[in-house]
Amino acid sequence: MITKDYVILAAEGMHARPATALVKLTKKFKSSFSLKKDEKIIKLNSMLNILSMGAKGGETISVIIDGEDEIAASEALDEFFNEQLKNL
Amino acid sequence: MKTDKSYIEGIGVSPGIAIGKAFVLKRNNTELTGIELENEESISAEIEKFDSAVKSSVDEIESIKNNSIRTGETEAAEILEAQIELLQDPEIRDSVLQKISEERKSSNDALLETIHSFVELFKNMDDEYMSARSADVQDIGNRILKNLNQSIEKEDIKFETGSIVIADDIAPSDIVSMDMKQIAGFATCSGSKTSHASIIAKSKNIPAVAGCGNNLLQINHGDTIILDGIKGIIIINPNENIINEYSKLKDDYANKKVILQSLKDVAPITTDGRQVKLTANISSANDLNEMFENGGEGIGLFRTEFLFMNRNSFPTEDEQFEFYKKVALKSKNKPVIIRTIDIGGDKQLDYFGLPEEQNPFLGYRAIRICLDRKDIFITQLNAILRASIFGNFKIMFPMIANVQELRAAKKILTETKNELLANKIKLDEKIQVGIMIEIPAAAIAADILAKESDFFSIGTNDLCQYTLAVDRMNDKIKDLYDPFNPAVLRLIQNSIEQAHKHNIHVGMCGEMASDPLATLLLLGMGLDEFSMSASSIPDIKNCIINNSYANASTITKKVMEMDDSKNIIAYLKETIS
Repeated sequence: MITKDYVILAAEGMHARPATALVKLTKKFKSSFSLKKDEKIIKLNSMLNILSMGAKGGETISVIIDGEDEIAASEALDEFFNEQLKNL
Repeated sequence: MKTDKSYIEGIGVSPGIAIGKAFVLKRNNTELTGIELENEESISAEIEKFDSAVKSSVDEIESIKNNSIRTGETEAAEILEAQIELLQDPEIRDSVLQKISEERKSSNDALLETIHSFVELFKNMDDEYMSARSADVQDIGNRILKNLNQSIEKEDIKFETGSIVIADDIAPSDIVSMDMKQIAGFATCSGSKTSHASIIAKSKNIPAVAGCGNNLLQINHGDTIILDGIKGIIIINPNENIINEYSKLKDDYANKKVILQSLKDVAPITTDGRQVKLTANISSANDLNEMFENGGEGIGLFRTEFLFMNRNSFPTEDEQFEFYKKVALKSKNKPVIIRTIDIGGDKQLDYFGLPEEQNPFLGYRAIRICLDRKDIFITQLNAILRASIFGNFKIMFPMIANVQELRAAKKILTETKNELLANKIKLDEKIQVGIMIEIPAAAIAADILAKESDFFSIGTNDLCQYTLAVDRMNDKIKDLYDPFNPAVLRLIQNSIEQAHKHNIHVGMCGEMASDPLATLLLLGMGLDEFSMSASSIPDIKNCIINNSYANASTITKKVMEMDDSKNIIAYLKETIS
């Protein structure tokens, strides 16, 4: 299991566009993904979950990845949160 | 006119003016059936029915999406992409399946209830953007429902050319699938700027007004409607004079828009290949939209005073941090020159009891206050540095008159930086530091200042006022305020030359940068960046792309040989006509 913290580098926060990209990204892996903000944990396979969490730009969230391809998945998430998100 | 019932105010969500006949769009609501499933067989049949309705819905949106991609409507395609994810959202499916198998409800009822609860959830979120998402959930729900009950198929909507669509709310998939050539504009009772329908309308250049409330329901099919998406106004059955007035406005707007749009993605390069940067002056994150819309390449001046004015006390570090961070994030990594507070002079703060001065413009202001009241300065620098990791900031000090001030300000900046780093706070360690050239002393000693600055930005308003000793607020002498005065031009030219001699970037953020009369002259002097209010960018770009740097240099040379600003202005007018 891998846990990673990320700062949301998108002004609008985790809105429809980034949420779509994130759900699509997780589908490429076998691992299970959860997202944690404050005390709230949600499964990362649902846009509705991500949207209703209401993570805003600049807030910190944690992603928990668990499964056989968790290392590759965490690298993809690094790329997503540190690079791609800024342009979404 | 405004008291008239035929005049409705809403929110202008997509600019432009439309005049046409109303088409009132009514949606049929599907109702709960109350059917209770009798056996396991019907339960699995209902689940299957639901899954296949979802699949058909996904297929439909896929095909609309592919159409949008083909026609290059990326914004619409992205919104539809999100809808495809929503259609297949496990939260929706889990809830529907639970209602079918445990509560023995029909797929129709299970879906209606599920969608209703998610719509309410989003509607009740206190974030404007999130509550606007309820329309997206409703939209995908309606689509699955339609596929579940093929008998209640939505009638094909047929519009007459030039119709103005009037609706409760318009679903994003509706607006994408509507034949937009037939629609002149649309107005809705609910919705906001962040509704997906509004975003798509804007990307398709269809004027739209949202959030009109129930007043809109008085409109009948076939009524003549004027829709002003700039001001957010609907006029029902206007008289001929008003129609004529708006027809003219409509034409003017359309003409302007064509020029603007054709230039948006064009790089500001002269015909002989010299590229300059056209950036915007802003006061808050909200101004960034206009910068992007006009094809700006960043922010040449972010005035931070805005946050300090119209309030009762200094903003805290965290408050400033949030304010700057918003700009950093929203600027999408484009360079942003952030100017430290420029208060004093004509910008007074009620809560910061500055004594009245005889010559406020020559008094205690800007960097002079900051170097004296280090607490205020350090608080701002802390906030700027903390926000710097979220974007591409450069720091600029205003009102620098000599190198000691620059050194003192840089020393405080370095100390502040080190303190933050010692506390393990992330920041952009290589943040550039530049100065405003707005005091004649700085322009004259530009060679000295360039050695210790990463960039210059010439502030022509103050530079002109100080050089010519003219208060531009004083009506009696306002004609003496003249940026084309040879003395002012020499100071500008010297600043640019010295900057280049020391290999630093030089921009201009005063009004002169947005004056088309000065563009070629400044280009010929070698100015690297023109920063102005975003709406002026297309005009200046137009001037740059249609001229050569060689020609601009000749013009500059000639102007610098002239001795009278009247002749200079006459000559420049001649060159651009």
